[in-house]
Amino acid sequence: MSKLIMTVDDSVSIRQMVSFTLKKEGYEVLEAVDGADALKKLTDDAAVNMIITDLNMPNMDGIELIKNVRANTKYKFMPIIMLTTESQDERKQAGKAAGATGWIVKPFKPEQLIGVIKKVLK
Amino acid sequence: MKEIKDISETYRQEAEERLAEIEKTVLEIEEDPEDREAINRLFRAVHTIKGSGAMFGFTDVAEFTHHLETTLDKVRGGILTVTKDLIDLILKSRDHIWSILSSKEIGYGFDAEEGKRIINGLNSLLPADKADEITSDQPEMLHTGKDTETTYRIRFKPNYTIFSNGTDPMTLFEELKTIGDCIITPIIKELPALNELNPEYCYLSWDIILTTRTGMDAIKDVFIFVEDSCELAIEAIDSEYDFEEDRGVMKLGEILVDRNDLSKKEISETLKKQKRLGELLVESELVDRQTVESALTEQQLVKNVRDKRREETKASSIRVAAEKLDTLVDLVGELVTTQARLTQFASNSTDQTLTIIAEEVEKLTTELRDNTMSIRMMPIGATFSNFKRLVRDLSSELGKEIELVTEGAETELDKTVIEKLGDPLMHLIRNSIDHGIESPEKRGEAGKPRKGTILLKADHKGAYVIITIDDDGTGLKVEAIKAKAIEKGLITKDADISEKDTYNLIFAPGFSTAEKISNISGRGVGMDVVKKTIDSLRGSIEISSEKGKGSSIRLKLPLTLAIINGLLVTIGEGRYIIPLSSVEECVELTKEIAEASHGSDILNLRGEIVPYIRLRNRFGITEKKPELEHIVITDVHDKRIGFVVDNVVGGHQTVIKSMGPAFKHMKNIYGATILGDGTVALILDLNMLI
Repeated sequence: MSKLIMTVDDSVSIRQMVSFTLKKEGYEVLEAVDGADALKKLTDDAAVNMIITDLNMPNMDGIELIKNVRANTKYKFMPIIMLTTESQDERKQAGKAAGATGWIVKPFKPEQLIGVIKKVLK
Repeated sequence: MKEIKDISETYRQEAEERLAEIEKTVLEIEEDPEDREAINRLFRAVHTIKGSGAMFGFTDVAEFTHHLETTLDKVRGGILTVTKDLIDLILKSRDHIWSILSSKEIGYGFDAEEGKRIINGLNSLLPADKADEITSDQPEMLHTGKDTETTYRIRFKPNYTIFSNGTDPMTLFEELKTIGDCIITPIIKELPALNELNPEYCYLSWDIILTTRTGMDAIKDVFIFVEDSCELAIEAIDSEYDFEEDRGVMKLGEILVDRNDLSKKEISETLKKQKRLGELLVESELVDRQTVESALTEQQLVKNVRDKRREETKASSIRVAAEKLDTLVDLVGELVTTQARLTQFASNSTDQTLTIIAEEVEKLTTELRDNTMSIRMMPIGATFSNFKRLVRDLSSELGKEIELVTEGAETELDKTVIEKLGDPLMHLIRNSIDHGIESPEKRGEAGKPRKGTILLKADHKGAYVIITIDDDGTGLKVEAIKAKAIEKGLITKDADISEKDTYNLIFAPGFSTAEKISNISGRGVGMDVVKKTIDSLRGSIEISSEKGKGSSIRLKLPLTLAIINGLLVTIGEGRYIIPLSSVEECVELTKEIAEASHGSDILNLRGEIVPYIRLRNRFGITEKKPELEHIVITDVHDKRIGFVVDNVVGGHQTVIKSMGPAFKHMKNIYGATILGDGTVALILDLNMLI
């Protein structure tokens, strides 16, 4: 069964790019426009295997989203990748502290995205 | 599915929306410079334009926006205050970004100078030392062992909480495997007792030996997401250095490499150029080539011999007095009994440490037991070869031509079993020679080869060794056996018995069918003694025969006599051991099963009819029956038979103790054993029970 990956980004182009790249690799993709939307879809849609989320988003940012996802026992050990531009920023540390598995520094190439997914998703 | 080209068009549209948002937000901020929410929104918009810009080929947008983002980050962080100049610059930046984007669309260039002016303006707002430097992000490539095959020792000890970051260490190992050959050893010493273990914690750490050409950076990359939540040590160890135990003083080349004066590659290339002594000698015309080659051959030969000698020493053995071995087996038996008591005591205790020690002792005892038993194992070959002479002498005495063929001489059996087996085997082979194989003339008439064959074969089968003696003689004479049995009063004249039962008659004491008693077998003391000996070894004996074609005798013997795996069961107050090698399964004897068979003691086991024996009745046990009884299904003589017991306790390492002469008449009991709590359990002899 192919894995379902959720991409959370307020930028439609990033979502499309992630979605395009993942689908080409045979993953199924669920899109969410911000943290709040992601949380809503996560409870509705039960079978998410992994989340790729932006950090800077309106309504609910990525770090809040990660904290909320980790609070759900069901997703306690699910891989969560954050998209970050601040490669050495404390935001990355905050994301890790909130429970992110890893990160991808924007801008990234499709193969980098796939590389990271293969790294954390069995 | 959308194409990347469409996505970059989406980006352009999106960026334009963002630019409109920037303009609107900047004007809001100008009205209220303290509006944090608006500043955040502004930052986010700029951030998105920058982040995505680089991904969709708008590198100039990304580069320019980076400077704007840096400045806004300072505003967000409260380092910079919102001034009119800043607002102007942001608006100019917005226009500039828009012009870059649209220049892509229409194909015109954009004003790069304007961009530089804005950047300088933005930088001038920043505190002097915080000005954004335009430096290359690419760190200088250091020499990191890339392209040379290096072996690394990686010690990876994740934090307890590593799982809660969604990290599965297995994925890391999978990734390591893709970059080189690795040996991964888990370290489990931190694992707590089961009742103290938090299943969400990772208590393990790993030592990994990795050989790769990709260099240190690639290894670090594997651990990039976890490096701050684990202890990680990666060290280059070179196989030639570290694995050799007595490497002595370092060679010149090694020192040079160690001091970084030369690379290993350079050294090995230089070494390849070095000429061997033989070549130098030939060149200097001191000796000729053939002399050198001959000397080299000698050298190789000596080396081979030494290697061989070394191997022979490895396979050396020592001779030990048999009594010492017997004592050792006895002691191991006692140890197994004591260990069973310890295990039982520990299982009733709440002391974790005691349980761990008891388990360790159990493991060691089992290993010690198996090892000791294997010391007592001997190949049956020596016994087999004794019979070659016997067959040769006897056949010539009787004027027969017989060849003994042996198979499975390497099959191992307990020393005691082999010793006791000699006599019965000799009887059986004598019988075959004397009664089985016909004279060459008779064989010729029957159309068989003049030379008869006796096949003596040993073979492992589970916990048993099967020894078969096949001959291609005349086979057992059913009528003659019957007549003899009637004459001896073993059966009545009109008894209707099967062929198999007829064969078994020859095991009756005092039975002999030979028309005239030869001095070799037919004294009639043979077969009952054979049967007794095999029984005493807990073995069984089976005969099959075909008239004119030959007969086959099959001995089934246990591998060892001293300790067996048993199934502990209870009936009333008593406890009994059923040899586990015979047990197939255990089922419950429900009321329905008992009623379904209408008192005939037969069980329908998945369509197969299996008779069962109520041991309670057989042993005359009158204590109260439990609600639910159990049937132990066994395989005896290739027949399935059930034994009804009160309760099945479980597997038990059974050290067999003989019952002593007073209990010799107890046919159903093979021996006794001492249980963990010091009580005695009787070992059932299934062969005698059915």
